[in-house]
Amino acid sequence: MDSNSVPVADPHGNPPTPTGSTGASASRSIWPALLRFFSAPAAVVGALGLLIVLFVAIFAPWLSPQNPFDLMQLDILDSRLPPGSESFSGVPYILGTDGQGRDILSGIMYGLRTSLIVGLALAIAAALIGTTLGLMAAYVGGRTEGFMMRLVDLQLSFPTILMALMVLAILGNGVTNVVLAIIVAEWATYARTARGTALVEREKEYIEAARCLRIPGHRVLLRHLLPNCLAPIIVIATMQVARAIGLEATLSFLGLGASVTQPSLGMLIANGYQYLLSGLYWISFYPGIALLITIVSINLVGDRLRDVLNPRNAR
Amino acid sequence: MITSLIRRAIQAGFVIFAMTLIVFIGVNVIGNPVDILINPDLNQAERLRVVESLGLDRPLWQQYLSFLHGLTQGDFGDSFVYSKPALDVIVERLPATLELALCAMLIAIVVGLPLGLYAGLYPNRVSSKVIMTGSILGFSLPTFWVGLMFILLFAVQLGWLPSNGRGETELLFGARWSFLTADGLAHLFLPALNLALFKTSLILRLTRAGVQEVVMQDYVKFARAKGLRENRIIFVHILKNLMIPVVTIIGLEFGSLIAFSVVTESIFGWPGMGKLIIDSINLLDRPVIVAYLMMMVVLFVSLNFIIDICYTLLDPRVRLDGKG
Repeated sequence: MDSNSVPVADPHGNPPTPTGSTGASASRSIWPALLRFFSAPAAVVGALGLLIVLFVAIFAPWLSPQNPFDLMQLDILDSRLPPGSESFSGVPYILGTDGQGRDILSGIMYGLRTSLIVGLALAIAAALIGTTLGLMAAYVGGRTEGFMMRLVDLQLSFPTILMALMVLAILGNGVTNVVLAIIVAEWATYARTARGTALVEREKEYIEAARCLRIPGHRVLLRHLLPNCLAPIIVIATMQVARAIGLEATLSFLGLGASVTQPSLGMLIANGYQYLLSGLYWISFYPGIALLITIVSINLVGDRLRDVLNPRNAR
Repeated sequence: MITSLIRRAIQAGFVIFAMTLIVFIGVNVIGNPVDILINPDLNQAERLRVVESLGLDRPLWQQYLSFLHGLTQGDFGDSFVYSKPALDVIVERLPATLELALCAMLIAIVVGLPLGLYAGLYPNRVSSKVIMTGSILGFSLPTFWVGLMFILLFAVQLGWLPSNGRGETELLFGARWSFLTADGLAHLFLPALNLALFKTSLILRLTRAGVQEVVMQDYVKFARAKGLRENRIIFVHILKNLMIPVVTIIGLEFGSLIAFSVVTESIFGWPGMGKLIIDSINLLDRPVIVAYLMMMVVLFVSLNFIIDICYTLLDPRVRLDGKG
C-alpha cells in the first residue's frame, strides 16, 4: 500500500491535500496518467473489481438466473434452501434462497443495481450542492464565506450517521428521507474541498485575466474556476460513493428506509438477520460479500486516483 | 486568550440554541404523534384529553417556549412510550452505551497503536504490508455486516459467546455495569470488538503516519547517533511525540463511537442509547428523540470546545481566534 495515505476520506472531512492543478492539465494527454494509475497492483485489483461490479449491475436482468421481483417465478417450496441446491424444476440455486424462495444470487445482482444507483446519485447530488456552495463561498468571500464555512465546520464536527439520524428523526422513515439524510450528511465535505481548492485558484492570473475581460461572475465560476478545481473533487466523490453505499446499507439495515420494490444490498442483509440465529448464514453472508467487494474496489480506485491526480506526487 | 475562550463559549452556546430550534420545530412540524400513540378505539373526548395531557394542542411557539423552559431544568417532557421523563429514560441507558464505547476505544488503542507503531518502524516488511492492507479492510467492511458475521461465527457456529443483551450486571456508583461480572464481560466482548473495528484501523493508520514523520526528525537521528538503545528511542523519543495527535484523535473519536454505537447496539440487542433512539424514531416518541438529539449536540459541541482548549494548551502556536 502507498505510504501516508488514509484511504477513506478522514472522519473530519479534511480534504485530502487540496491540489493546485495547473490550467494546462486539461490539454495534457490522458495516457501517462492512466499508465501511472495502473502501475500500482492494488489499483488494478480495485479497477477490475469495480468493472465486474458495474458489469453485473448493468446487465443484471440478463445475467441473473431468476427475476427475484417477479412473483410468478418464485416458489415458496424453494425457500431457505442452502447454497448449491436445485429448485423443484431443476434450476440450480448457486448461493441458496431466502425466506421467500428468492434466488440469493439474483437478489444480489439486482440489489447491487439499486445500491450503485443510490450511491452514485447521492454522491453526484451532494457533489453538485457542496461544490456549488464551496466555489461560491471562495469566489464571493466576505460574510457569505464566513457563514458558510462555519456551517460546514459545524456539520463536519458531527459524525455522518448522527446527521443522518437527525434528519430521519425529524422527517421520519422512508426511502426519500434516507436519500435526503445522506445528502445532508455529505455535502459539507465537498464544500470544504471545493473552497480549499478554489481559494488557491482564485489568486491565479487566468482568473484575474477573466475578470479584467469583464466576463460575468457565473461564467468565470463555471468555465474557469470549476474545471481547474475538479481533480480533488473527483477524488472525494469517488470515496463518497463508497461511503454513501455503506451509509445507505446501514440505514436500510436499521429499518429506517421503508421497504421498496427493489431492495438494496443493505436490505438483503437485513432480511437474513432473522434467520441468522438458526444458522442460515447464506441469506446475509453473500449480499455482505457483494457489498464488501463494491466498497473495497471503490476505495482502492479512489486511493490511487488521489495519488495520481495530486501534482505533488506526479514526478 | 481569555477573550477568545469566551467568544468560543458564546459561539458554542449559540450553536446549541440554534439546534434546539431546528430539532424542536423539525420534529414537531412533521409527523403526527397523535395518530400513532393514541389508541384508535378511544372516543373523541378521551382523545382530546390525552392530547391535552401531552400538551399537543397548544400552538407550536408555546410548546417551544415551555420546552426551552423545561430544558433549563433538564426536563424534556415525558416519554410517550415509557411514561417517564425522557431524560431519565436516556440517562438510564447511558451507562450501557458508555461502557460499550469505552471498551471499544480500549480495544482500538491496544490493538491499533502497537500495530501502527510496528508498521511505521518497519514499513518494508511483509508483515507491515499485511497490516496496512488489513486496515483498508477495517475501513471498508460495513460495521453491521461484520457484527452479523461475529454473531454467526462466535454465537451460532462455535457457541462461545452470547449475542444478545448485557448479561449479568453489577451495581457501581449508582449504575449497572456489565464489565464487573464474567457473564457481562462475555456479553460485552463481541459488540465492543465490532464497534472497535473502524477505530482500530483509524488509530493504526494515524500512528503509522505519525511514526514515519517523527522518525525523520533530527532528535531521533541524534538519539540514534548517541547510541541510545532502540527501545529507549522508540518508547521515549518516538512514542512520546506521537501521543499529542493520537490522544486528540482518541478524544475526537469518542463522540463518534457513541454515535456509531447505534448500529452495534441494534445488532447485539445492547440496551443502550443507540437502540433507544432507533426504537424511538420508529415509534415517533418525540420527547425521547428531542432529548437524545439535544444531548448529542451538547456532547459534540462541548467535545469540540474542550479539544480547542487542549490544542492551545498543548501547542502555543495554535491561536483560538484564528479564522476558519
